[in-house]
Amino acid sequence: MWRSSRFFVVLIAFLFNTVTIAHAAERLGIGHAVSPQDFAAWDIDVRADGAGLPEGRGSVAEGREIFARVCAACHGEKGEGKAVPGAVGGFDRLVGGAGTLDKASPTLTVGSYWPYATTLFDYVRRAMPFSAPQSLSNDQVYAVSAYVLYMNNILPEDGVLDAKNLPQVKMPNQDGFITQDPRPDVKSKD
Amino acid sequence: MTENHKREATAASGELPNRRAILKTGAGLSAFVGGVSVPSLSMAQAATGLPLAVPEWMKEQGRPILSPPYGVPSPFEKDVVRRQRETRVTDTAATSFSPLQNSFGIITPNGLCFERHHAGVPNIDPDRHRLLVHGLVERPLVFTMDELMRFPSVSRIAFLECSGNTPNWKSVSADFGVQQTHGLLMCCEWTGVLLSTLLDEVGVAAQAKWVLAEGADAAAMTRSVPIAKALDDAIIVYGQNGERLRAEQGYPLRLFLPGYEGNMNIKWLRRLKLGDQPFETREETSKYTDLMPGGKARQFTFVMEAKSVITRPSGGQRMRGGPGFYEISGLAWSGRGRIDRVEVSTDGGQSWHEAELQEPILSKAVVRFRAPWRWDGKAALLQSRAIDETGYVQPRHDELVDVRGVNSFYHYNAIQTWRVDSDGRVAIHVA
Repeated sequence: MWRSSRFFVVLIAFLFNTVTIAHAAERLGIGHAVSPQDFAAWDIDVRADGAGLPEGRGSVAEGREIFARVCAACHGEKGEGKAVPGAVGGFDRLVGGAGTLDKASPTLTVGSYWPYATTLFDYVRRAMPFSAPQSLSNDQVYAVSAYVLYMNNILPEDGVLDAKNLPQVKMPNQDGFITQDPRPDVKSKD
Repeated sequence: MTENHKREATAASGELPNRRAILKTGAGLSAFVGGVSVPSLSMAQAATGLPLAVPEWMKEQGRPILSPPYGVPSPFEKDVVRRQRETRVTDTAATSFSPLQNSFGIITPNGLCFERHHAGVPNIDPDRHRLLVHGLVERPLVFTMDELMRFPSVSRIAFLECSGNTPNWKSVSADFGVQQTHGLLMCCEWTGVLLSTLLDEVGVAAQAKWVLAEGADAAAMTRSVPIAKALDDAIIVYGQNGERLRAEQGYPLRLFLPGYEGNMNIKWLRRLKLGDQPFETREETSKYTDLMPGGKARQFTFVMEAKSVITRPSGGQRMRGGPGFYEISGLAWSGRGRIDRVEVSTDGGQSWHEAELQEPILSKAVVRFRAPWRWDGKAALLQSRAIDETGYVQPRHDELVDVRGVNSFYHYNAIQTWRVDSDGRVAIHVA
């Protein structure tokens, strides 16, 4: 019965075009209303268009200092990554790999592969440094992002990032993705 | 079985005998012993145990009840455990593999479900856990666990496979068994609330096209899910195989997307945000994308295509009974729906024989297949291939690589080959 009531709500919404709710059914009344202030500490995602970027700013120079202190232990002084004897893989390389994506052994880094600079901010803010996630201030995340982009020759040495210009950064591989899944793409012949 | 597949098995690998004839003879499975450990008794003694003696465990009381209160496997099963494949630079951003070689039926026991964590397993107090649903909704809401469990619930048996399962693109390690090649697979009964039910409660705005799901681990793991999937069969899960989720599987709450790659099934789920575009998170851009020949990468490749693997006999095991009857047994699954049939070959794919599928055959769940086999003691190449309800046929390695090259890393689903040597050893076949 609730399915049919949903159908009529959708139908009415379609006919009169006054309701913006596409998917409505009777509510059960479970849960608590919240306002943006209530969940500000959780609402940390940043999109490619810059939505979600916080206030603040950070420079390549500031990022260099933070990177050396906080990031280089794993990612290397120059973002070259780090191998650990006896371990497979290693800590992620962040720099280099330009022009290798179509080669036999491609090197996937922020510079060679990542399509959006905003993703770098989002990821560093939520998950880095590995031993103390969500410990950097927004200014520090801008700064570290700026330095990683600088090491990849994407920002100049005097570069400064903020909410306005970070989404404007054009990443080298921004157009390198096919976003429509073409599968099934493999036909078995037998 | 299609006309093409009716060619008889070659003598080199023995014959797949008529199933009913086998069943009539009462030939059992006891001849085949999985695993790699060698018993201390000679094979003949272990097999016969003659003359039959009354064992010591019949001459005294056994353990009392509640020892322990939460039951654990027999101590003799101590080798049936998850394993790491290789040492990694951290043990929190790491992976452990399910021992499929020891599996029966289709359900993965909770303690054997593979692990893939990006920042370890958080120890979450369910009373302090919250799920926030916001973004392009009519009314953002936050839910406690108690509240979530008041919603109408559903249960569903479905598989979950990491898209990085089976890293056979470029090469395979000769000592990999099925645990190492295919062990990033589980199939459980999942219980929770349909995500569509929760979305009814918040009211989805017409512009909403994607849902960001976020975990409460130290990676704050995030993936974007198309709204169509969210409204179709996505479940907000709190139950797994009859009990609460294991911590490694997202306790107290995870997202479950039947048929979609494992990483999207966000564990320790704390937040859902509806938006009008994908959120372009690190895990859906720099990872979990498929690099193609020519240098372009596929993004948003969510469905796990049909795949199968023989779990017994498989790499690392031995044909302990010598030549004679064995049951070939394995698993098949498809993210697009039901498995239609599974075919088995003992001659490296020259001839195929339809396997028996054990019911239940469920959409987006693992199905157990079986084929009787009389091993003649000669070298054999064992393969299985799955065909799902869409008609998709699990490809050979060369067919897959022809299209995708060898650098796409994720979504490898080609036919797996196990080599049985004349001495009874079973190992991965390196072509």
